[in-house]
Amino acid sequence: MTKEKAIIHVENLSIGYDDKVIMKDLSFDIPKGDIFIIMGGSGCGKSTLLRTLTALIPAQTGQIWIRGIDFINADKKQKLDIMKHSGILYQSGALFSSMTLAENVALPLQQYTAYAPGKISKIVSFKLALVGLAGYEDYYPSEISGGMRKRAGLARALALNPEIVYFDEPSAGLDPISSKNLDDLILEINKTLGTTIIVVTHELPSIFAIGKNSIFLDKTIKTISAKGNPNELLKNPPNQQVYEFLTRGVSHEKRTK
Amino acid sequence: MVEVKTKDESIILILQGVLDGTEHIDLPVLQLSHKKIQLVGENIESWNTDFVVTLFSVLKDVPKENITYSQLPQGMEQLLRLAFHAPHKEEENQRKKFPFLERIGEIGIHFCRSVKKGSIFIHECMASWSRQLIGKAVYRSKDFWMILTDCGPKSILIVSLISFMVGLILAFVGAIQLKTFGAQIYVASLVTIGMTRIMGAIMTGVIMAGRTGASYAATIGTMQVNEELDALQTMGISRTDFLVLPRMNALLLSMPILILLADVMGILGGCFVCVLFWDIPLSEYIKYSVNSFNMTNFLVGVFHGIVFGLIIALCGCYFGVHCGRNADSVGTATTNAVVYAIVWMIVMTGLLTALCQGLGI
Repeated sequence: MTKEKAIIHVENLSIGYDDKVIMKDLSFDIPKGDIFIIMGGSGCGKSTLLRTLTALIPAQTGQIWIRGIDFINADKKQKLDIMKHSGILYQSGALFSSMTLAENVALPLQQYTAYAPGKISKIVSFKLALVGLAGYEDYYPSEISGGMRKRAGLARALALNPEIVYFDEPSAGLDPISSKNLDDLILEINKTLGTTIIVVTHELPSIFAIGKNSIFLDKTIKTISAKGNPNELLKNPPNQQVYEFLTRGVSHEKRTK
Repeated sequence: MVEVKTKDESIILILQGVLDGTEHIDLPVLQLSHKKIQLVGENIESWNTDFVVTLFSVLKDVPKENITYSQLPQGMEQLLRLAFHAPHKEEENQRKKFPFLERIGEIGIHFCRSVKKGSIFIHECMASWSRQLIGKAVYRSKDFWMILTDCGPKSILIVSLISFMVGLILAFVGAIQLKTFGAQIYVASLVTIGMTRIMGAIMTGVIMAGRTGASYAATIGTMQVNEELDALQTMGISRTDFLVLPRMNALLLSMPILILLADVMGILGGCFVCVLFWDIPLSEYIKYSVNSFNMTNFLVGVFHGIVFGLIIALCGCYFGVHCGRNADSVGTATTNAVVYAIVWMIVMTGLLTALCQGLGI
C-alpha cells in the first residue's frame, strides 16, 4: 500500500523520550476504514507510539503520513487540520472534571466550528445518545462510572465526525461486560460511520473481537515482529513471542505436544 | 552451615545442619557468573527464608542454567528456582550510578534545562496575553469567574485575619521600643506606613502563594495525571490560553483589592493594641494614621502586590503544567509552586525596594 492510499503511512519510525529509543524501524500502513490494533506487552512502547502519532511527543527519526500529509514536517495549520479530523479516547477518559459531559463534548465544536450554541447543544445530545448516555448532559465526570466516563470521552472524540479515532487501552479498568459493550460500540462506529479506528491494547478478547489488522511490538528486538489479522496470527504465529502473547503465555512447544 | 568446595570450573556448596541465614558464605567472587554452582543438601536439620535470602544474595549474578540442585528440601529448592527464574535486568535498563563529578554535571544540565523551560513558559504566557489583547485567546468565562471567586472573595477571611494579627504584632513590638522615648503615639504612623508600603503586600503574597498558588499547581498537575492536558493539546487548544491565562488574570485582579483589605485590617489591628493596651485614644490613633498615610506608599504596596500576583500565578501554573504523571509528582509540584513563589517574591521585593530607593520614591 502506498502512502497516498493508506490513511496512515509510517516509515522507518523511531520513537522514544529524549535520547532513549523505545522502538525503531517501525513501518506499517493503516487502510481507510480499518480497525487497527497496536499490541504488545506492558511497557513495550504502544502508548508512546500513539503519543507520537498524535503529535504529543516528537518522532526521533522516520516519517508519518496522515491523510496524505507529511505529519512530522507539517506546519501548525496542517497539523491542526489533521487533529481536527482525529479523535482520541484516552485511557482515563480525560474528561475535564470542572465541566459537565455536555460542556466536555461541546469543547471541540466550539474550538473548530462557528455553530450557534443551539446547534452545538443538539449535536452534543446526539453524540451522547450515540454512546448510550442520552440524558446525562448535565452530569459531571465525577458523578458517573468509569465505563460511562469512557463512553463520554468517546462522544467527545466523535464530536467533529473524525476520520480517525485513536483508543488508548479502552478496556483498562472496565469489567468484562462494560469492556464487551465498548468493543461492540467500536465495531458499530466503524461500520456505520466508516471511521478508521486505531486501538492500543493488550486485552486479548478485544483484540480478537474487533481487530481487522494489527502490529505486534516486541520489546526484546525493539521493533515490529508481526503484522496481520490477529486471528490469522494466532493460527500461524510468526514467532514464539507473538504466540505466547496471543495465548496468554502458553508456550508454542507445549501446544504442539 | 555451608561448606564451599571448588572443583575445576564448578563450585560445590554443601548445605548441612541448621540453616538460619547467619551463615557466612565465602565464594571466589571473580567470574562467578561463568562458574557452575552445585547446591547439595546433607543432613539439613532445619532452614528458613533468611538462609534462602542470604544464598540468593551471594549467587544472584549466576545464570539459572549454571545452578544444579541436589537433595535440597523441596520448599527451599522451589524458592531458589523461583528467585533465579526471574530474568535479569538488561544492562542498559539498569539504573546508572554516576560518579560525583558527573552528578555535578547532571545538576548543571538540569538547571540549564529548567531555565530554558521556564523561559519558554514565560514566553508562551506573554504570547497568550498578547492574543488576549486582540481577542484571540480562548478560555471559558465560566472558568474565569470560578477561579476569580476562589482567589478573591474566598481569600478575604484568611487575608483579613492574618493582616489584623500582623498589625497587632507590629504595634506591640513598635510600642515597646517607642515607649522608651515616650513616643508611643507614633505607633499609629509605624503601623500605617509599614502596612501600606510593604507588609500588606508581602503578607497577602505569602497567603496567596500558600492558598492559591498551591491550588493552581495541584489542579493543573492533577489534570496532567488524568491526561486532560494531552486532550487539550490534541484538540488544538492552547493550554496557556485555556488554563494559565484565566488564573493569571484572576490573581492580577484580586491582588490589589486584597492588599487594600490587608492594609485596612493591619491598621485596625494596630488600633486594637494601642487603644486597649497602651491607652492611646482612638481619635489620636486615627489622626496620626491619617497624617502618615501617603498615597505613594500605598501605590508602591499595590504595585508590589501585582508583581507578586504574577509570580504566584506563573509559579503555580508552571509547576502544574510540568508535573509528572503520578500522585507523588502532584505533591512535589504543589510544594515547588509555594516555595519558588515565596523565594521569587522576596527577591523581587529586594529589587523593587532598591529601584524605589534609586528613583527616590
